Amino acid sequence: MPSKELELYLHIPFCVRKCDYCDFLSMPANEELRRHYVDCLMEEIKQKAALCREYQVTSVFFGGGTPSILPGVQIWELMEVLRSCFQICEDAEVTVECNPGTLTRQKLIYYKMAGVNRLSIGLQSANNQELQRLGRIHTYEEFLDSFGQARAMGFKNINVDLMSALPGQKQEDWINTLNKVLAVRPEHISAYSLMVEEGTPFYERYGEDERRREQGEPPLYLPSEEMEREMYLSTQELMRNKGYIRYEISNYAFPGRECRHNIGYWKLTPYLGLGLGSSSFLEEVRFSNTKDLKTYLSGENFSQEDCAYVFLDKRQRMEEFMFLGLRMMEGISRSVFQQMFGIKLEAVYGNVLEQLQQQGLLKQQEGRVALTEAGISVSNYVLSEFLLL
Amino acid sequence: MAVIDQSKIRNFCIIAHIDHGKSTLADRIIEKTGLLTSREMQAQVLDNMELERERGITIKAQTVRIVYKARNGEEYIFNLIDTPGHVDFNYEVSRSLAACDGAILVVDAAQGIEAQTLANVYLALDHDLDVLPVINKIDLPSAEPERVIEEIEDVIGLEAQEAPQISAKTGLNIEEVLEQIVEKIPAPGGSPDHPLQALIFDSLYDSYKGVIIFCRVKEGTVKTGTSIRMMATGAVSEVVEVGYFGAGQFIPCEELTAGMVGYITASLKNVRDTQVGDTVTDANRPCSEPLPGYKKVNPMVYCGMYPADGAKYPDLRDALEKLQLNDAALQFEPETSIALGFGFRCGFLGLLHLEIIQERLEREYNLDLVTTAPGVIYKVHKTNGEVIELTNPSNLPDPAEIEYMEEPVVNAEIMVTSEFIGAIMDLCQERRGTYISMEYMEETRALLKYELPLNEIIYDFFDALKSRSRGYASFDYEMKGYTRSELVKLDILINKEEVDALSFIVHSGTAYERGRKMCEKLKEEIPRHLFEIPIQAAVGSKVIARETVKAMRKDVLAKCYGGDISRKRKLLEKQKEGKKRMRQIGNVEIPQKAFMSVLKLDEK
Repeated sequence: MPSKELELYLHIPFCVRKCDYCDFLSMPANEELRRHYVDCLMEEIKQKAALCREYQVTSVFFGGGTPSILPGVQIWELMEVLRSCFQICEDAEVTVECNPGTLTRQKLIYYKMAGVNRLSIGLQSANNQELQRLGRIHTYEEFLDSFGQARAMGFKNINVDLMSALPGQKQEDWINTLNKVLAVRPEHISAYSLMVEEGTPFYERYGEDERRREQGEPPLYLPSEEMEREMYLSTQELMRNKGYIRYEISNYAFPGRECRHNIGYWKLTPYLGLGLGSSSFLEEVRFSNTKDLKTYLSGENFSQEDCAYVFLDKRQRMEEFMFLGLRMMEGISRSVFQQMFGIKLEAVYGNVLEQLQQQGLLKQQEGRVALTEAGISVSNYVLSEFLLL
Repeated sequence: MAVIDQSKIRNFCIIAHIDHGKSTLADRIIEKTGLLTSREMQAQVLDNMELERERGITIKAQTVRIVYKARNGEEYIFNLIDTPGHVDFNYEVSRSLAACDGAILVVDAAQGIEAQTLANVYLALDHDLDVLPVINKIDLPSAEPERVIEEIEDVIGLEAQEAPQISAKTGLNIEEVLEQIVEKIPAPGGSPDHPLQALIFDSLYDSYKGVIIFCRVKEGTVKTGTSIRMMATGAVSEVVEVGYFGAGQFIPCEELTAGMVGYITASLKNVRDTQVGDTVTDANRPCSEPLPGYKKVNPMVYCGMYPADGAKYPDLRDALEKLQLNDAALQFEPETSIALGFGFRCGFLGLLHLEIIQERLEREYNLDLVTTAPGVIYKVHKTNGEVIELTNPSNLPDPAEIEYMEEPVVNAEIMVTSEFIGAIMDLCQERRGTYISMEYMEETRALLKYELPLNEIIYDFFDALKSRSRGYASFDYEMKGYTRSELVKLDILINKEEVDALSFIVHSGTAYERGRKMCEKLKEEIPRHLFEIPIQAAVGSKVIARETVKAMRKDVLAKCYGGDISRKRKLLEKQKEGKKRMRQIGNVEIPQKAFMSVLKLDEK
């Protein structure tokens, strides 16, 4: 009986239209190309499954792009292939990312048939003007429609993605969005602060403003750092009042509805990425597939040849255990650290822990170490201290 | 090798204003005398540079012996001695000149005489050299050789009608130059039978041969086995090898006799024993007195140099010691700074010298350095009558103990075209200059004379001069002496803590302005911390300027999933790496470049 846990990530790199802030690997594509891609993906699944005979799959995540752009039947086909190639646990979490405007009743039926038990809907804002500015293809009303249909089809575990600190956004705008979404009571909410990423239209528009803000100057379009932090704090408060637990820097859920898949990333659970540009972490090695669609579709070599394989030595695994694990509000466990690395946490990080605790950025209790509220705000600084350079 | 006829030797150098074609002419002479074909020369030069890099030494390839067959059918030996071209190295130039019997003065046919042309000619005339003017770049469309000849005659008073009109670039009329060297530059004097008297004009350290002395034998003979003594330093040693300079090579020979230029290697391990300007003599049969003109060179500009990585302190010391082997003017002594740890207070001839040393330490010795603001030597007259020579601002006594202070001033000569006279006078005024005189060299050009405090010109005066004259002004200076001045120590406080490495001495009239600019600059350089950081400039206990680095409110990555982890790692590594390159003052991390950015206050 295989005992090691494995998570599967399947990347669907297609969108109706790329959003202006998005730097994920995605592009528009016609039906024929999408079919071709899904065929290649199935081929890759068959090939790579051989690497994972000793694992049992606890989570499957269809991410993108927009996985819901595919005909429902293709998600079903992919799940069928996965089931035939991998040992998938009966209670595995199976998530599909969807965008309002692409979700239909028919697709939801296929998802049900395929065993999908979790939906992640990208809403970002409940304000149509803001949606337009973000370059989204849908309205808030279309979201309500999609959400209603999903509920009607019996989906009991739904996440909604939201984005704060948008250009021109005021505190009350954000509260408004939150309240509207809380009213439909999704089980899970991911609430991110906007990141202005290089190579996006947003970077051209707001990159300069972002640099101003980083220098501590007042930005012209983006909310100030103080405003951004206020939005973050009010999110936490509002959510808590409605029964959501913040379990990671940007993730909130009803108890027991935390996203198992993502928690896996933060706890160094092995995962296999399938599809264009996807990343994997298997047997202490991080590697990723080619980002070039043509190469991928040629089917000759799914994996990237150049920078592909990075073996993590013990030092790097300890670092990642810390800087990923501390993203979670429960933090990391001393005993798990000792169990995984055969050395006491104090022996490696004693000085860092003491210093960060003194600065009020970390707290230690009941055998665990976690970020404080102040530590969250400057978490990059805190986490960088755990690198053993 | 046959005995060399002294009358067939010509020892000379080439002097010129920067960019008037000194090196090109030197190359051309070497090429024309058939030492190397032009192709070989290219290769040779490149090889040398590689060697320089490999060994971490500078081989002064331009000191070279060449053989020229003149039109009269006789073969002549030319020793071409290179001279450093910058005002910082005036003493080195003067020693090189002392090794020569004549000088070729190169003047640009378009630009005519410049400030350095004058300075170099006067220096050459001081050494009783016969100066042979050459008009270069006559191939330029803007060349006006007639005007330049007139200028040379009027301004310098040198007969120039017969000056060869050449293009070193194209090789035009180079032979004329060679013939005139034979005709107009005198053969050296001296007798091979007199007691040895040789002038050291350069030396370098070679890890195989030890110290190599470059010298001009004025009297007597030196050969392998001669027991020699340096008259100023007193060092005694036995000669291992003598020889002359081929193209980038040392070629051993039997002996060096009066009138010859060559090298001596002896079992000396310390170049400090062989100071430029010192006289080498025979220990067993010494000459009665040393050659004139030797002086211990004294640095004029000081700064602190610290290894960026404190563990590299011994490496820095070794590197400085090695550099000092080839550079007697470089001085250093250990010092410590609260901000920067262990380092050295180093003395230089000028800012260019400082920059060269800094660059060589970084390039050849792979050291990452933090340099503090350069300063000059101030004389502090204490109330108890004691006089301190202050090179490090941190050592300034308590103001109550100071009677008054003096700072060094220089006589500056600035050559400028008439349209920029106003702008340059403004500049000198801003730098606390005292106007001395202005002479028109011709209708469109004038020579401005100012007395300027040295500490006003060591930072960026040259750059400012160039930018305000669109590159047309040229500049030269010499030390004049000390003058009493209202000086104060400007301290910088970061998060209420004084940072010793940022303190400097400044004239009280400019303290406010400097302090304000320092604070502004430091605000740009210091990254935000978790708390607010006040940056203050203070004179004594009085704060005269303040800026604030705001607290960092937010530094958080909103999301981090499977595909983001490698990128996230890089981001955190960069952050940590950046921190490693910082200096901790109290609980503030200051980037190393902040210490140097204060050198460039006028850049915007």
